[in-house]
Amino acid sequence: MSIIVENLTHIYNPNSPFETTALKDVSFQIEKGDFIGLIGHTGSGKSTLIQHLNGLLKASSGKIYVNDFEITKKDVKLREIRQKVGLVFQYPEHQLFEETIYKDVAFGPINLGLSQEEADQRVREAIQLVGLSFEDVKERSPFELSGGQRRRVAIAGVVAMRPEVLILDEPTAGLDPKGRDEILDQIKNLHNRYKMTVVLVSHSMEDIARLVDKIIVMHKGTVALQGTPREVFQHVELLESIGLAIPQITYLMRKLKAMGKPIRDDVLTIEEAKSEIINWLRRK
Amino acid sequence: MEKIIEIKDLVYEYRNEENEGVAALKEVSLQVKEGEFLVVIGHNGSGKSTMAKHMNGLLLPSGGKVYVNGLDTADEKNTWAIRQTAGMVFQNPDNQIVATIVEEDVAFGPENLGIEPKEIRNRVDNALKAVGMEPFRKKGPHLLSGGQKQRIAIAGVIAMKPKCIILDEPTAMLDPSGRREVMETIRQLNREEGITIVHITHFMDEAVQADRVIVMETGNIVLEGTPKEVFQQVEILKQLGLDVPQVTELAFQLKNSGFNLSQEILTVDEMVVHLCQLL
Repeated sequence: MSIIVENLTHIYNPNSPFETTALKDVSFQIEKGDFIGLIGHTGSGKSTLIQHLNGLLKASSGKIYVNDFEITKKDVKLREIRQKVGLVFQYPEHQLFEETIYKDVAFGPINLGLSQEEADQRVREAIQLVGLSFEDVKERSPFELSGGQRRRVAIAGVVAMRPEVLILDEPTAGLDPKGRDEILDQIKNLHNRYKMTVVLVSHSMEDIARLVDKIIVMHKGTVALQGTPREVFQHVELLESIGLAIPQITYLMRKLKAMGKPIRDDVLTIEEAKSEIINWLRRK
Repeated sequence: MEKIIEIKDLVYEYRNEENEGVAALKEVSLQVKEGEFLVVIGHNGSGKSTMAKHMNGLLLPSGGKVYVNGLDTADEKNTWAIRQTAGMVFQNPDNQIVATIVEEDVAFGPENLGIEPKEIRNRVDNALKAVGMEPFRKKGPHLLSGGQKQRIAIAGVIAMKPKCIILDEPTAMLDPSGRREVMETIRQLNREEGITIVHITHFMDEAVQADRVIVMETGNIVLEGTPKEVFQQVEILKQLGLDVPQVTELAFQLKNSGFNLSQEILTVDEMVVHLCQLL
């Protein structure tokens, strides 16, 4: 198991008039190498949850294990957690600060106390992994790049730490469709090549349907649903009642099936829908 | 119909870091009709925002002309009148809110116009009602969700009684329910108050709600028409790095596989009807 969360509860401002329970007795497991989609309405507890996974927030109660290492134990060093779990925040490009892209990506590895040579190696690799050319960009200022490229540099900074688990909080927010596809392809690539466990927070059901192995749905600080995309997207009424939706293509197939057409309705992508509809039309 | 915004051969050039001239807009011409709901799409860097900023005189043309309600934006005397006619809403709600109380924020514009307090009260109340945020008028903006903050920003524009609102990716930072709130507000202002809308977005489900869609690429308008006309051009849009609705793409692929399916499909319901007609 890559991540085990057991009865995790988090209360903000405890024992004060502003006390709010952001996570209530949350439990789930993520297998090593899984690509997980984390979805939920704003305020459902997603961000609070991921901040626990790399030790930014301390649990009020409950336990979290990352690759059999309990990160909620009292005397755990934060550095150990951060090396295991890399967290890419929303709009991570706002955190770029160095003069050159090289220095920015190297900031983490150098603070880990790695040798210059080892840090160099990691920076080179990380920049290439996010689809930029190391030689072209290393001496450039991060602020000369386009929004989508800046974001990739920010992700490279986390990848250079070689985390076992990579968590990304809405990595495509505000990008245009092309920038979005590029980032998602790079993430998929990291997952495939390095068998990294990935947790992706997203509001796009189309992207989730296309990419992930398993979905965790958060609602009011609890896990409302979990399972494969096929399983989760069957629960349309529940998802809609908590402010979520299913991919447009899945709505289409459900509607056709509800009209008595002999087709599968657990379809997630345009390609699947196409072959399903062609089979149906040809049978006629 | 009257035209509220007229853009004639608009060129906009700026100097990059190497001090070379770069043309962000290359002889763009466009007319926006009064009461129209116009959506502008195009990838980042295509010139959408640059064009939008010309529509209320935030940028001035390097060449060509922009008229708002008949007034030339290049003439400084017109700037105030133009800003009152065409209000702007930007992407990040947090950058647009200036006051610590919702109603004071909405009042900021009219106060600066030197309007009487009684009239300001009226305008603020009406503006908050129009965006459905009246119950929050005494709240601090920092306590609101992204969608709610964006509606406050829109109310601040409405309090100026504009004829036209230009929205530059107002939904980019919002979650799906925030996006829905903002889109419903915009549509309602368009239909019920007759306010002209120019809406820039990357979300194609928002673009299909428009009266007219224009597509920008490298400083030019490359496609223009009703949503049905524009989104049939699946191949061109993909080449430009843009999306089409999933059902539209499905219709396109089924046609390529030899099925005689209309290419004017934008919604699930239209797809269902057309598929059933095939049999």
